[in-house]
Amino acid sequence: MKRFAALFEALDRTTRTTEKVAALAAYFRDAPDPDRVWTIALLSGRRPKRAVNTTELRTWAAEAAGLPVWLAEECHPIVGDLAETIALILPAPRRTSDDTLDDWMRRLLALTGQPMDLRRQAILDAWDRLAPQDRFLFNKLITGGFRMGVSQGLMTRALAQATGVDEATLAHRLMGDWTPDRIDFDTLTGAQDPGANASKPYPFALASPLERIEALGAPAEWLAEWKWDGIRGQLVNRDGAFALWSRGEELVTDRFPDLGPLRDFLPPGCVIDAELVAWSGSAPLPFAALQKRIGRLSLPKKLLAEAPAHLLAYDLLEADGEDLRDRPLSDRRARLQALLAAMPAGLPISASPLVAFDDWDALAAARLTARDRNAEGVMLKRRASGYFVGRKRGDWWKWKLDPYTIDAVMLYAQQGAGRRATLFTDFTFAVRDGEDLVPFTKAYSGLTDAEFRQITDWVHRNTLERFGPVRRVPPDLVFELAFEGIQASPRHKSGIALRFPRMLRWRQDKPASEIDTLDTLRALLAETQPPRG
Amino acid sequence: MPSEPLLTFTDRGICCPRGGFFIDPWRPVDRALITHGHSDHARPGHGAYLATVAAAPVIRHRLGAIRLDTIAYGERRRIGGVTVSFHPAGHVPGSAQIRIEGAGEVWVVSGDYKTEPDTLSEPFEPVACHTFISECTFGLPVFRWQPQAAIAADLNAWWAGNAAEGRVSILGAYALGKAQRLMAAVDPAIGPILTHGAVEATTAVLRAQGITLPPTRHAGAGIDAKSHPGALVIAPPSALGTPWAARFGPASEAFASGWMALRGVRRRRGHGRGFVLSDHADWDGLNSAIRATGAERVFVTHGYTAIFRRWLEDQGYDAGIVATEYQGETADAEAESDPALPGTME
Repeated sequence: MKRFAALFEALDRTTRTTEKVAALAAYFRDAPDPDRVWTIALLSGRRPKRAVNTTELRTWAAEAAGLPVWLAEECHPIVGDLAETIALILPAPRRTSDDTLDDWMRRLLALTGQPMDLRRQAILDAWDRLAPQDRFLFNKLITGGFRMGVSQGLMTRALAQATGVDEATLAHRLMGDWTPDRIDFDTLTGAQDPGANASKPYPFALASPLERIEALGAPAEWLAEWKWDGIRGQLVNRDGAFALWSRGEELVTDRFPDLGPLRDFLPPGCVIDAELVAWSGSAPLPFAALQKRIGRLSLPKKLLAEAPAHLLAYDLLEADGEDLRDRPLSDRRARLQALLAAMPAGLPISASPLVAFDDWDALAAARLTARDRNAEGVMLKRRASGYFVGRKRGDWWKWKLDPYTIDAVMLYAQQGAGRRATLFTDFTFAVRDGEDLVPFTKAYSGLTDAEFRQITDWVHRNTLERFGPVRRVPPDLVFELAFEGIQASPRHKSGIALRFPRMLRWRQDKPASEIDTLDTLRALLAETQPPRG
Repeated sequence: MPSEPLLTFTDRGICCPRGGFFIDPWRPVDRALITHGHSDHARPGHGAYLATVAAAPVIRHRLGAIRLDTIAYGERRRIGGVTVSFHPAGHVPGSAQIRIEGAGEVWVVSGDYKTEPDTLSEPFEPVACHTFISECTFGLPVFRWQPQAAIAADLNAWWAGNAAEGRVSILGAYALGKAQRLMAAVDPAIGPILTHGAVEATTAVLRAQGITLPPTRHAGAGIDAKSHPGALVIAPPSALGTPWAARFGPASEAFASGWMALRGVRRRRGHGRGFVLSDHADWDGLNSAIRATGAERVFVTHGYTAIFRRWLEDQGYDAGIVATEYQGETADAEAESDPALPGTME
């Protein structure tokens, strides 16, 4: 644990990328083997199942510190991190420990499902043996969400420096399904074991937001396609494995059984990059239809019939077992279309249609029709581009529609987490409905730190009521909110729910009497929801 | 007829009607008793000021021509219908708690205070009272300070490490109190100590009143990383990341404050390093100070007042809150207040 804690401290004490990568690379060279694998797992979001829940942690920590539980609970939103709160309130340890990260991880894994007394004793014992900084890390290992200020990309770069394997190859090796307690460092980063992981996806190529379209050069060098509002995914059909991966590297095959027939018709050794959408029979349904299926444990027939899954294929990454990612997009696209054309009709897959355009004006006009198609905008991809790893600027651009906007007033404020600890950053907003103010959405991004500081001061001076971490404030501060979509929602008091709401501007020039009304939102809803047939 | 309390809380600040004065008022009043020279406590515009002998030079330096009378620690003085005295608060040199006695009752206003001696400030002395008005800037159990010597060792290691790599170390600290405490705590053998103008001016005032501090040099024109390689630069937090700081090249920046105990705050401020060193009492310091007064009634102000009051009630105190307009009222040039943080006056 000490070596891991030293790594964490080195990462936490610098804001320079080069220093972070150097610290990680040094760690990957000299840390003990199982610890290195755990570190890769943690930094790529492979969190073991939680052995202890946060209520238990809070309660046991308060007991150990001799403090009432309510006080520990009050501290949490101010510190902005439960693991840190607990590390800060615990009394000094009475013992020490030389156990490694691997020892602690295995101990935690073994606790899963054990009786409460046993887990409690194990956690109290751990706290009493760990130094304050190690305790914070230990708590983080339990509560998860461990980023350490390092993206997966930076970690891969450091790993490349430490192993001499190139970054793209490593990125691919780290994809897919592996468990840290059953693999060693050399197997994970070394030459790929053939057939070991047939379902492994490729790292996704990501687009950047378009800046200046004039800078792209000749329109003829570019392909345009709709930017669908679904779930980006990769379908792998290889060596008997059939797997659908989401962009977050989550295996979601089982949640979309309606894609099953593809298994019988796709040629072996192919990998397709596609958007998963709910399908009307000829076009995508709004994202809300797909959303109903996400997170459901069971899928009733009715839901499968209402929102059948469909893949709109963008790209072909592998065909006949051959990696095509270095070929130009125009070739890959032609092969994709040929591959799909050879399959029988009526399957839940089709090529995502290209948007025809001769000049940028024509594309701009087409983009404005995106919403009518339940698309978010258009994508521009250079015909000559390869399928690169991650977000590489220059070849792929996303050109989204301008968001919807509405002026609303803040009703409640709550403190943020992480680097926004102690700042009020999470707000609930209302629109006017006659004499009433109706809360309709929360938002927590879009303002500068300076604005959040100013608002935090204001909240401190203007709190009317406190409900735990939430403060009610006078309806005085007006914000222009942006959002990408709107849908009816019987679960919300306002009857509507927004997609990706965020603050566009703090309207210090506008009084609360001039905010938008619930009718504005209802009209927008009516406009965007095509009558259901 | 119910008698009026000895102190009342008004929109101008804490008032003593029987004595005809206010304590650290934030709007102009005729007569102000001032606990210490930080700009959120010593404000301009009052008719007459009273402060300790040791606090007076800085207050004069900052507020210019004011009517300022001084008082020694422990000296009892009759004002109106009450007797007042000033007692060391351990916050910064000259800082005081103010004791008010009248109508058979004793109240103490803590001002800002710190229970750990820092070698520069007159050490905190508990004062017995019936009612204690305590600050609680760091009134949460997540704030528990390491001894100053441990922080000094960390600071020296950081400075020496940077100096060995040929880098300047820039340390953000409030100009009055914290800056001098730091220069007195670090090891001057590591390298030269440079100061920002705001820090140097206050340091000169404190030296002139007899406080011993290591040699420092104002980092004016011509002073940079080339002329003073491996130097330690002490500057107000607001000077970090400015063109003034850019002259020191790719320096290592750090900030010394109690708020650095929170990782989120440290990360938000964008400094790699944060040293947890505060001029305020920590959780244990607040609790022991309150106990030591023997008070039955406690009013809390500055900081996590609602939470701290509930904690005190749990402990059997009759507890209340003094509302304050301190936070965010001014972001003065020396940036002693950090509007990023709730009730943060250091």
